[in-house]
Amino acid sequence: MSHPSKVLLDIQQLSVAVSGTQSTIPLVHNVSLQINSGETLAVVGESGSGKTLTFLAALGIAPAGVKVTSGEVLFEGDDLTKLNPNALRSKRGTAISMVFQDPLSALNPVFSIGTQIIEVLRAHLPLTKAQARARAIELLERVHIPDPHRRIDDYPHQFSGGMRQRALIAMAIALEPRVLIADEPTTALDVTVQAQVLELLSQLREETGMALVLITHDLGLVARHADRVAVFYAGRIVEQASVQALFHEPRHPYTVSLFRTIPRLDSPTNIALTPIVGQPPNLAKLPAGCPFAPRCYLAKSDCGSIQTKLIDTTNHEHLSACQHWSEVHQEF
Amino acid sequence: MAHLTAAPLLELKNISKTFNGSASWRGRSSNAVQAVDQATLALYPGETLGLVGETGSGKSTLGRIALRLIEPSSGSVMFEGQDITHLSPRLLREKRQRMQMVFQDPYGSLDPRMSVDKLVSEPLVVHNVEYAQRQEKMHAALEQVGLDPALAHRYPHEFSGGQRQRIGIARAMVLDPAFLVLDEPVSALDVSIQAQVLNLLHEIQIRTGVSYLFIAHDLSVVRHISHRVAVMYLGRIVEIGTRDAIYNRPKHPYTVSLLSAVPIPDPVLERARKRIPLIGEIGSANNTPSGCRFHPRCPRAHEVAQQKNIAIQKLGATDIPVLCATQDPALVGSDTEQACACHFPHETF
Repeated sequence: MSHPSKVLLDIQQLSVAVSGTQSTIPLVHNVSLQINSGETLAVVGESGSGKTLTFLAALGIAPAGVKVTSGEVLFEGDDLTKLNPNALRSKRGTAISMVFQDPLSALNPVFSIGTQIIEVLRAHLPLTKAQARARAIELLERVHIPDPHRRIDDYPHQFSGGMRQRALIAMAIALEPRVLIADEPTTALDVTVQAQVLELLSQLREETGMALVLITHDLGLVARHADRVAVFYAGRIVEQASVQALFHEPRHPYTVSLFRTIPRLDSPTNIALTPIVGQPPNLAKLPAGCPFAPRCYLAKSDCGSIQTKLIDTTNHEHLSACQHWSEVHQEF
Repeated sequence: MAHLTAAPLLELKNISKTFNGSASWRGRSSNAVQAVDQATLALYPGETLGLVGETGSGKSTLGRIALRLIEPSSGSVMFEGQDITHLSPRLLREKRQRMQMVFQDPYGSLDPRMSVDKLVSEPLVVHNVEYAQRQEKMHAALEQVGLDPALAHRYPHEFSGGQRQRIGIARAMVLDPAFLVLDEPVSALDVSIQAQVLNLLHEIQIRTGVSYLFIAHDLSVVRHISHRVAVMYLGRIVEIGTRDAIYNRPKHPYTVSLLSAVPIPDPVLERARKRIPLIGEIGSANNTPSGCRFHPRCPRAHEVAQQKNIAIQKLGATDIPVLCATQDPALVGSDTEQACACHFPHETF
């Protein structure tokens, strides 16, 4: 936040779909997001909400069969969706890199940690083996791996879960990216280790001025680490605001419902949780109108028919896709 | 609500479990792992006891020992006043009607080739319930978990994660057990579905009086559902007590650190909170530290060592009390109020 912020990654009206045998199913619909240098943007939503897929598609690493159908992803003047595979590959890692959820499956079990970091470095930089090894040791030290001179030759199974995730972070920051996308980086980790990994990511962001995108379902982590938040539902952004505005004055019923559904460490005990009624949406058969309407406690007769779009509810970028947003905060 | 004055439903007494590293392919035997070490626990009728701890703390092993799915190396398991530690397989199977388990993964724990009615009535078949009664009990169990019995001919893949977990609960409840072990029952579910399942478990307990041993790593979820909570570290219960005692007045430094690491979903409150980080990584169960097993990671040991009149010794570059490094602390206090295994349980910092 201390760095003067400028837009680094600009996702404009991105839509993504998967082609099935009979029809194409839209998975991400008209998503626009700006990521500024030095900030932490949290992306929140349940499984299947499109929060991860938006970024996979933006980087051109979406699973086979998943295609960008419209929109652009602007990074330093280039539209990433139009770059050829080689040009895009050189952007990934050096400009934008990603850390994934499961540190065990993201590492190759038959190569040492050091070999895997050195491979990343030498694929992109003109380094000798010895130079790359020295740099890899520095990186491990930077992510607080104890005794990095010795541990660099360890294999993934010799690392604990937290150390593996830190080794992956070392790889992700090896090429000094300007945007680091962390996809549920601590979901597989214990709570004490989770705290350490996130403190590390925040510290690296402050030191380097890179932008951090934190994809998560944990609202506690968002509260602690994020500057801005985008809430995804059914492949679209339904609310976007600063972290304070989103938590203290939510303006979409889905956001309010999320807060009511989670048990909190500081809430009064013996209060029943309020689950969101119904099931998560089937993207192949979305209802007309607002996709959240069938599960919404505030739904009115017109919600099933009117097309929703994100509107700025204030003059300081608090966006909501609920046309009845002015009634939402009174409900909370 | 729990009846802590009644006789315990389940008692685990001085349970230890050592997994002997079997001879490896090179002919050497690897180190034995002490997964559970002298754990003692009582569960009362109608209560939920939350069992928390990091990966490798032995909480799942202890849960399986309670059902005798794993045999303890030493110690005894008492269920409904009877010692079942050495019960024969035939008699144990009879007892198992009264004790069931719900697993974490609603995808892996249901046979994909069995329809829901087969899945839910399978325990009835195993326990020789007459055919005429099976249908009735199966329907009742499905209704109890909020699933339409008209869907009973469908297969697991036709259900969502939350509905599958309901099938798992129906399967466990169909024999009307007195005791359920729930091993991470909601951690694979999305938050909106998690709340549905937690509310369901609460309703079932109110209606049937079943006791839960609720194993989970999410401390907010455990606080929500538990009457009492036990905290495990490297195979030992280091603190146990009522929900409010553990969450509002934790005494063990491990509990204090765990709770400080859980973020609260409020940016103002959360950013004002202080973390009390643990030192290093969780120790290894095949090389339990001397004295208090928590001492190498204990932030409090370092604080206490600064005080006057405390005998200290070196641990690496820092000082820690001799007591912590040499004496294994016992669990002191009442397990129905608050008990803690720490030499310096009242020190704050």
